[in-house]
Amino acid sequence: MADPNSLISIKGLRDGLLVTLGNAPWEELRGALMEQIAARQSFFQGARVALDVGAQIFHVNDLSELRDTLSERGINLWAVVSESPTTEQTSQLLGLATRISKPRPQEITQAASAESGQQTSLFIGRTLRSGTRIEFGGHVTVLGDINPGAEVIAGGNVIVWGRIRGAVHAGANGDPSSAVCGLDVSAAQMRIAGEVVEAPDQAELRNPQKISVVDGRARFESWSAE
Amino acid sequence: MTAKVVTITSGKGGVGKTTAVANLAVALAADGAKVVCIDGDIGLRNLDVVMGLENRIVYDIVDIIEGRCRLRQAMIRDKRLPELYLIPAAQTRDKTAVSPSDMIRVCKELRQEVDWVLIDSPAGIERGFKNSIAAADSVLVITNPEVSAVRDADRVIGILEAEGKGSPQLILNRLNPAMVKKHDMLSAEDVLDLLAIKLIGVVPEDSGVIVGTNRGNPVALDPKSRAGQAFRNIARRMKGEEVPFLDLEAGDGLWSKLFGRKS
Repeated sequence: MADPNSLISIKGLRDGLLVTLGNAPWEELRGALMEQIAARQSFFQGARVALDVGAQIFHVNDLSELRDTLSERGINLWAVVSESPTTEQTSQLLGLATRISKPRPQEITQAASAESGQQTSLFIGRTLRSGTRIEFGGHVTVLGDINPGAEVIAGGNVIVWGRIRGAVHAGANGDPSSAVCGLDVSAAQMRIAGEVVEAPDQAELRNPQKISVVDGRARFESWSAE
Repeated sequence: MTAKVVTITSGKGGVGKTTAVANLAVALAADGAKVVCIDGDIGLRNLDVVMGLENRIVYDIVDIIEGRCRLRQAMIRDKRLPELYLIPAAQTRDKTAVSPSDMIRVCKELRQEVDWVLIDSPAGIERGFKNSIAAADSVLVITNPEVSAVRDADRVIGILEAEGKGSPQLILNRLNPAMVKKHDMLSAEDVLDLLAIKLIGVVPEDSGVIVGTNRGNPVALDPKSRAGQAFRNIARRMKGEEVPFLDLEAGDGLWSKLFGRKS
């Protein structure tokens, strides 16, 4: 089989994914698509997928089989775009859309500007459990804990109203003036820009802390209301 | 009848999913409910062994799904309790033999016939786990007071929340009060502190559970067993009864944690 990447291409749309099939027999394309889905399960899980099949001709049973197979894997096929009138008819028969609005690539990129002070902020109002990964170009605020095994990667500051027990990376785009704040950072794994923050004496870190990097070294500032 | 479908899962293996399913099923059925357990661990089945029904298997869940038998034919009646049934897993197949929609279909059919459907999930977070939670109305996450088991439970809870299954309830299994007292084991409080979900029961460490599991005699049938009492209490809480927690000397903070926490 040829390189699967040349057979299908996957793009992000405003509200889902657009999978474009290359020029090859359907059996081969189908294999490549399934391979991609199997290899990137979490990426496809729960996705809304539009399929651009080019000039391929699909009959009802092919397409309904594909739709069912995809739905077994948690993928919602909602549209099939085709140059072939037969395929278009087929997808209409199955209640699938045949047109999608043009993808706007600039909307996929993260809504963050590089200028500090102008950065947008992402608010997360819950505890982040193991396996959750939040990546954001601006600041991130979490109202809740960051549990072990969860990761927050932010271009700007990371403020956590809760315990940080997972991994936090502030200034991930290289901004050393970023800071991490948390109510209990005794079990945190922290990075600021390119620096790995080494935690000193543990007992103190159970109090609210602001951690920043000054002259290439981590600085911990305890906060108390007194 | 409209059954409640409850899945028991854990992420990590060996924490007591199968034992819990067998005991909760026995406890519910002993109380007069009609219960079906489904072994979701296709290829590594053992709920049948724990329930002592291994030698009665004729058909399994894959036979139902692939149309080789009717649902009724694969339901093995328990030898002690007439209202308890087991649908075993296939041993010579793997997880891909069943899909989430198959599970939903089987449970839909069962819902009209019984009061409870308990699904024993396999370890892990892959296909078998996804199959097991597909049809669940509610999920019980079981863990041990060990850091690795608690981490895995946290991951599973995160997935359940993301899948819109709501917040699961927690069974803390194999707690050893003496070790907790010496600070050699995580306390119920420590576990709840991280997982932050509602606790439905704490099962004490009890060597009788291992004996019962090996003999196919779930401890929930033994009126003298502490672990059996804990499982019976969980079964009653599943039915919505208010049952006070066993005094496990699990630390003074437990009570305030249980009742002080919003749930």
